[in-house]
Amino acid sequence: MADVAFTPDQAAGRPARTLAGPVGARPKSRITAKRVMIYGALGLVSLYWLLPLWVMVMTSLKGMPEIRMGNIFAPPVEVTFQPWVKAWAEACTGLNCDGLSRGFWNSVAIVVPSTVLSIAVASVNGYALVNWKFKGSEVFFTILIFGAFIPYQVMIYPIVVILREIGLMGSVWGLVLVHTVFGMPIITLLFRNYFASLPEELFKAARVDGAGFWGIFLRVLVPMSLPIFAVAMILQITGIWNDFLFGVIYTKPDTYPMTVQLNNIVNSTQGVKEYNVNMAATLITGLVPLSIYLISGKLFVRGIAAGAVKG
Amino acid sequence: MLDQSHPALDGQSVSIRDLQLDFGSVSVLRDLNLDIHKGEFLVLLGASGCGKSTLLNCIAGLLEPTGGQIFIEGKNVTWAEPSERGIGMVFQSYALYPQMTVEGNLSFGLKNARLPKDEIAKRVARAAEILHLGPLLKRKPAALSGGQRQRVAIGRALVRDVDVFLFDEPLSNLDAKLRAELRVELKRLHNSLDSTMIYVTHDQVEAMTLADRIAIMKGGVIQQLAAPLEIYNRPANLYVADFIGAPPMNLLRGDLRGSEFRGAVTVPMVGYDFAAPPRDGAAVFGIRPEHVLVGEAAATAPVRTEVTVEIVEPMGADTLLWTRIGEDDFRIRIDGQTPIRGGDRITIGLDPARASLFDAATELRL
Ligand SMILES: Nc1ncnc2c1ncn2[C@@H]1O[C@H](COP(=O)(O)OP(=O)(O)OP(=O)(O)O)[C@@H](O)[C@H]1O
Ligand SMILES: [Mg+2]
Repeated sequence: MADVAFTPDQAAGRPARTLAGPVGARPKSRITAKRVMIYGALGLVSLYWLLPLWVMVMTSLKGMPEIRMGNIFAPPVEVTFQPWVKAWAEACTGLNCDGLSRGFWNSVAIVVPSTVLSIAVASVNGYALVNWKFKGSEVFFTILIFGAFIPYQVMIYPIVVILREIGLMGSVWGLVLVHTVFGMPIITLLFRNYFASLPEELFKAARVDGAGFWGIFLRVLVPMSLPIFAVAMILQITGIWNDFLFGVIYTKPDTYPMTVQLNNIVNSTQGVKEYNVNMAATLITGLVPLSIYLISGKLFVRGIAAGAVKG
Repeated sequence: MLDQSHPALDGQSVSIRDLQLDFGSVSVLRDLNLDIHKGEFLVLLGASGCGKSTLLNCIAGLLEPTGGQIFIEGKNVTWAEPSERGIGMVFQSYALYPQMTVEGNLSFGLKNARLPKDEIAKRVARAAEILHLGPLLKRKPAALSGGQRQRVAIGRALVRDVDVFLFDEPLSNLDAKLRAELRVELKRLHNSLDSTMIYVTHDQVEAMTLADRIAIMKGGVIQQLAAPLEIYNRPANLYVADFIGAPPMNLLRGDLRGSEFRGAVTVPMVGYDFAAPPRDGAAVFGIRPEHVLVGEAAATAPVRTEVTVEIVEPMGADTLLWTRIGEDDFRIRIDGQTPIRGGDRITIGLDPARASLFDAATELRL
């Protein structure tokens, strides 16, 4: 960089208007030793974390003979999608041999209603707790939050009894109910804190404008709260999709969610272990939460940050 | 709830009876009584935290009073919903609905009231014209300037055709120039609408220029309720005297003997309009900096004294002189062109007729 910029003024014998030192836009930073170090370290760490995924994807694309040769890091010599097809449609789990597809649709049938229900109820909870404080609302909130700290294991058997009594034991709807209830404390907290961060005058203005409980919620607050709905959705979808414990306890083989079926495929003891099918099955199961993150990651970050900085 | 008009409330737009409001154990408003005439512009003025917003929220129905009654246009609205009270409210932070356009913001209240579409369109168009919002109707609030946002907020109250407008420091987020412009616009609006307006502020210029009457509040109690000039000329107590006027009134401590004030200066209170027959005792003599006479005018004043100028603060149109009388600071406001420098000794004149006298113990006007 030149110390003094050479301007037309200077050429004409007049003093330069630009003095020594930085001028105008800052130059784009160049490669420095520090940067190489940082990116190098980051690259290494990502490689380390990506390695298992690499092994899984490669193995799932190989045939059994090739797997037996070892070389788990090597890409397949002969690419085959047969393990994926088998994992999806043909793998056997105890009674039936229709692969993961049954579990996938069961999981969808569990995740969709539980996510919708829990968010619908919890968002209204949070809204009421912030804006329509009723007698004892603080106590109610404390009890609800306390619920988040009770270990699940304590409640497993009582819930079995409850579900049996109301006739939902073993059905998808029983599990939906369980997930909705267990999601309530944390999702309510999430919405309560978000609504509390919105300016109170907005709520007052809407009341003066004659909007009621639902009018204010649906037409003023919800439209400006989409990021927090996205956060709640991601938390619930991934949490419920990945659940194994409740699934295995409260459903039966016909209605097992995908995670339970995956376990049954991978841990089945008959015959040879088909590593390629197992890998493919695991990848398929993990694909849903993964794609949710990829699609809505940006919204997620915005929603997390929204509580901290007011718009 | 009684729906018929109350005969005792004829001519009153808003009437507040023995209003009491507690937050838990903290009592913010106590036995507050206030009658506001139809078409009046009333300003609630007071220091931060004195309960102005609380009172306004009670009138709007956004806070439930602990005790007392509120009447609007003769109807007891103590238990009524905010939307049933015939009020419109404008907030300090504008509180526009961020996801709606300007038009959506204006029509939200009307849609809630289930007005027919053409009526809504008519009213929005009228408000937009009055407030010059026409070209902005399709924009979202984020794409508006502060002044435009505040006009939308006013428009939201305007479209609802209310009897009473409530303003909670509507201009305090704006810069000085815009504030002055919108102030005049508000005054014009009031003149053309003849609806009642209740306006909260802690800016005394806004209060003096806008108000038909000013209510000065302190600690949830109204100290004085009167026309701006009355408050300026005859403050009811020491607090009001000190609060109104910038720079504030000069206050000198001393005693009242007969009808003569004796302190660092002795002032026979000739021509002073006593609020009650004078009684001897400790008293405070107050005179506004702009009512102190200097130069030729001082020579003919009823009371004269000499002071030394300590500091001169020229402000263009006028100049502020800081001097001392006895122990107390004494400020004098003079014409900006008068050639006076620090250290000068000048003769000043006081006219008791323009002064104020307060009881030192009760702080009330004598
Ligand atoms: N929710 C609440 N709980 C307890 N105290 C409150 C609450 N809201 C307000 N207060 C108290 O009531 C008093 C009056 O508050 P208010 O908002 O009416 O003041 P204000 O006159 O509008 O002040 P400002 O000019 O700062 O807006 C304050 O002392 C405040 O601390
Ligand atoms: Mg306030």
